[in-house]
Amino acid sequence: MVAGIRTVDLRKVFTSAPPVAAGTGGFSFGPPKPKAKGKQPKPEIVALDGISLDILPGEIFCLLGPNGAGKSTTVGVLTTRVRPTSGQAFIGEHDVWQTQVAVKRLIGVVAQRPNLDFSLTAREILTFHGAYFGLSSYERSKRAESLLERFKLTDRADQMVRGFSGGMMQRLSIARAMMHDPQVLFLDEPSAGLDPQTRLLLWEIVREYNHSGKTILLTTHNMEEADALCKRLAIIDHGRVIALGTPQELKASVPGGYLLRLRFGVHSPELLQRLQGLAGVREVRATDGNGADLYADRSGSLIAEVANLAASAGVELCDVHISEPSLENLFLHHTGRSLRE
Amino acid sequence: MNWKAFFAMLGRDAHVARRNFVALLFQTFLQPLMFVFIFGRVMVGSGYMPASYKGQLLPGIMAICMVGTGIWAVAMPLIAEFQFTREIEDRLLAPMEISWLAIEKVVAGTLQALAAGFMVIPAAWLLLRPGVGLNITHPLLFAIVALLVALFSATGGLALGCSMQQTHIGLMFSLVVAPMIFFGCTYYPWSALEKFPILQKAVLVNPLVYASEGLRGTMVPQFSHLPLPAVLGGLVFFNVALLALGLTKFHGKSVT
Repeated sequence: MVAGIRTVDLRKVFTSAPPVAAGTGGFSFGPPKPKAKGKQPKPEIVALDGISLDILPGEIFCLLGPNGAGKSTTVGVLTTRVRPTSGQAFIGEHDVWQTQVAVKRLIGVVAQRPNLDFSLTAREILTFHGAYFGLSSYERSKRAESLLERFKLTDRADQMVRGFSGGMMQRLSIARAMMHDPQVLFLDEPSAGLDPQTRLLLWEIVREYNHSGKTILLTTHNMEEADALCKRLAIIDHGRVIALGTPQELKASVPGGYLLRLRFGVHSPELLQRLQGLAGVREVRATDGNGADLYADRSGSLIAEVANLAASAGVELCDVHISEPSLENLFLHHTGRSLRE
Repeated sequence: MNWKAFFAMLGRDAHVARRNFVALLFQTFLQPLMFVFIFGRVMVGSGYMPASYKGQLLPGIMAICMVGTGIWAVAMPLIAEFQFTREIEDRLLAPMEISWLAIEKVVAGTLQALAAGFMVIPAAWLLLRPGVGLNITHPLLFAIVALLVALFSATGGLALGCSMQQTHIGLMFSLVVAPMIFFGCTYYPWSALEKFPILQKAVLVNPLVYASEGLRGTMVPQFSHLPLPAVLGGLVFFNVALLALGLTKFHGKSVT
């Protein structure tokens, strides 16, 4: 039976430092509590602020957001490692926090930071993992061999992993997560630090695993990855879902699709108002300094008109940057910040 | 309870211990056996210590070896695995209640401490003979005390390993392990503190006192030692308290 993933109004407030994989930046801080008898109040860090998701069985779903948005905390809650402050999480029909053992049988997890067993060889890492999940000795050896082959690790199979490169460790982590053939696979920033060739291999393997009917939840701040792999995605920021849909739907939801990032010599509200009147311009937003973000349904042909308007207003046009319709534009439109910031 | 996962993890720890056997051997025995040689052989042979000291020293050295091995076997991997390599995460995601992973660590530590304890007897006996005067009149009682001592070392390792920061490992040895050994009646019997009544009572908060005195009472009962009911009571109390503390801390480390 293929299992989906569901979360209902998940909230997580850390009163101590959040785990490293859950990120440290970009959280919103709650209001400070009054001091109690000279003790410093613990800062409350809101990592998840009401995340509700319904991920279908057999779907590749992506959580896209900047560092510290709450992606890893969401994965942590769903994989029994982070206890939510409130809300519910389900894998298939199982409540994650009521039936942890049953949930652990259904899931495979690739953590953001490598967590391979440094006391074992690559092959032993896979076979011991299989043993934890009750696979027979024959089955463990067979699956380990096949995964080592698939992930191009056969020639290093009997070496200790301490000397492996980052890419090899990541490949082995993914192989280990697949060792017990889980129904739901969690990949937390799987391609971070991978070279383009390994990234393509990873994508191919993820698609192949999904074609065998498995559900995959992937977190990334790489828009290209989200676009290439996911059937649907949620963009999250400050612990909230700010947009949800297929990559095409989401890109189409950006006014006009194209984004022109303009920078002028001086700030001129009057000029911004006149830019709004140009044909094809859907929205103009002032940005920090003397800039403006212009959402439009055309791009290159607008530049001459923008330059003419600026010249007639006596304002120098210093810089123009054009973005094609993309998830980056969507994130920028919702948050006013770039995913890369 | 998923015994398959439990025994697979025990198998993993045994496999790692086998792989590191030579290093473990030196780490466990070198220092205590040098103590045995200098205090039991050289100092007794040169007349600085009475011959009977050999018999009083051996149980203390066995207690140090067992407690050192158990703490090292459980605490050090936990500190590294939770804070540095994070390799325990894979086992935390195995289909088993996470408390059982902590218990598996305690079982593995207990077995290693028992192996170290029983290996130190012939090694020290060879270094000290003749005149050790081992007199194990109640083997079952001796086995129970040895088991409780090994268990205490592993539960202590669990509590320490889940409480200490990686940067505080040095402090763990200088603030916890070293005072525990020196005030643990390992190199001298508890009765030798009679002239220091306050110290004699104060050291009773040290679980190693019950370990050394329990082994002394069952291996060389001809020498004075704490009454065995007090030893058994003390060891059971510390085992339960340290296991409860260790499990709570382990949960705190495993689930944020």
